Amino acid sequence: MAELNTGGGGGDGKKVRSKKSNPGVDLTAMVDLAFLLITFFMLTTTLSKPQSMPLAMPDKSPKDQPKDDTKIPEERMMTVLIGKDNKILWYLGQLKTPIIAPTETVFGKNGVRKDILKNTAYAKKHTTKEDEGLIVNIKASDAASYKNLVDILDEMAINKVQLYAIGDITKEETDLLKEKGLY
Amino acid sequence: MTAMCDVAFLLLSFFVMTATAKQPEPKPVDTPASTVIDKLPEEGVGTITVGDKQVFFTIPRNIRRSTLERVGTEKGLKFTEGEYKAFENTEGFGVPLNQIKGLLALKPAQRTEPGFQKGIPYDSINDQLTVWVKQAREANKAVYDAQLQEGKITAEEFGKKGDLAIAIKGDAKEDFITVKRVIDILQEQKKNKFFLITGLRNEDF
Repeated sequence: MAELNTGGGGGDGKKVRSKKSNPGVDLTAMVDLAFLLITFFMLTTTLSKPQSMPLAMPDKSPKDQPKDDTKIPEERMMTVLIGKDNKILWYLGQLKTPIIAPTETVFGKNGVRKDILKNTAYAKKHTTKEDEGLIVNIKASDAASYKNLVDILDEMAINKVQLYAIGDITKEETDLLKEKGLY
Repeated sequence: MTAMCDVAFLLLSFFVMTATAKQPEPKPVDTPASTVIDKLPEEGVGTITVGDKQVFFTIPRNIRRSTLERVGTEKGLKFTEGEYKAFENTEGFGVPLNQIKGLLALKPAQRTEPGFQKGIPYDSINDQLTVWVKQAREANKAVYDAQLQEGKITAEEFGKKGDLAIAIKGDAKEDFITVKRVIDILQEQKKNKFFLITGLRNEDF
């Protein structure tokens, strides 16, 4: 590609010399520059656009709250409390009279996911409607980190939980976390 | 050599064409990972960056100027033409209102120096984040309102774009309380839907 033909027509009487060498153009500098630019562009580009997780929070303003007296069945109501050190405490039903008592677990596929799947199956048994499943109330304590919140929301998406919401933690629940040494 | 040169230039052209320059951020954060693969919309998203208990706000470029005008009017601040220009070119910022003039007087490289900007105050006594978000949303609404009046966009499109989308870009190690406070600020002004920016999870979760 980038060689110069320096053969020469050679017709001035002397005997034709064989082509001794075929000197190429020195590409080193050009390649150097090209790689320099590649490095620059590689480092400055953001190839992947950031992922985003849509989050809808329940409306807080009290005045336009529609009157809604629908009871949430206890069998389908799971509450997830997030404590310190990436630990989770969850229970099914109400705090005072839980169907499944507060259980400690961790994040990940061997931790909370198994519980959610088990509870989803339990919830499905207690409803006749096809589209009704588990309802999860996520309550992060002050000791939790933002990563925990994203992880648990991710867990909701993985397990296709029918309904979930982020709620404010109550004093009793904080006490419970303290009792278990998770706060 | 020739082959290497070819490859080098091929790669070079690829990167030149796909390049979108990374904007320098005053607060680089390490976002948590998730399995969600939805992409953030490219335009019309205001980003609130949270890290080290500090909050930064990135306004979409097309409404930066009008947002600053509105904030100036509300807080009784006057800005010069040069300051508006500088603000339009500032990607994200995080300084209290009384320091914003000083920030805009600096060179862009000085502005994004790590640790220079200390964040927008967002505590309940001096809650300037609310002001910024509110004015950015109103500025965004005004832009699309005008387009709707001129008939450039339909009412359906206005419904989608009229309200400025807000994304929260939090550091993975950030305390939940800080993020909660930001979420509360958004909810106080009836912004109940927003995005959480995450990275892609590649480990076995």
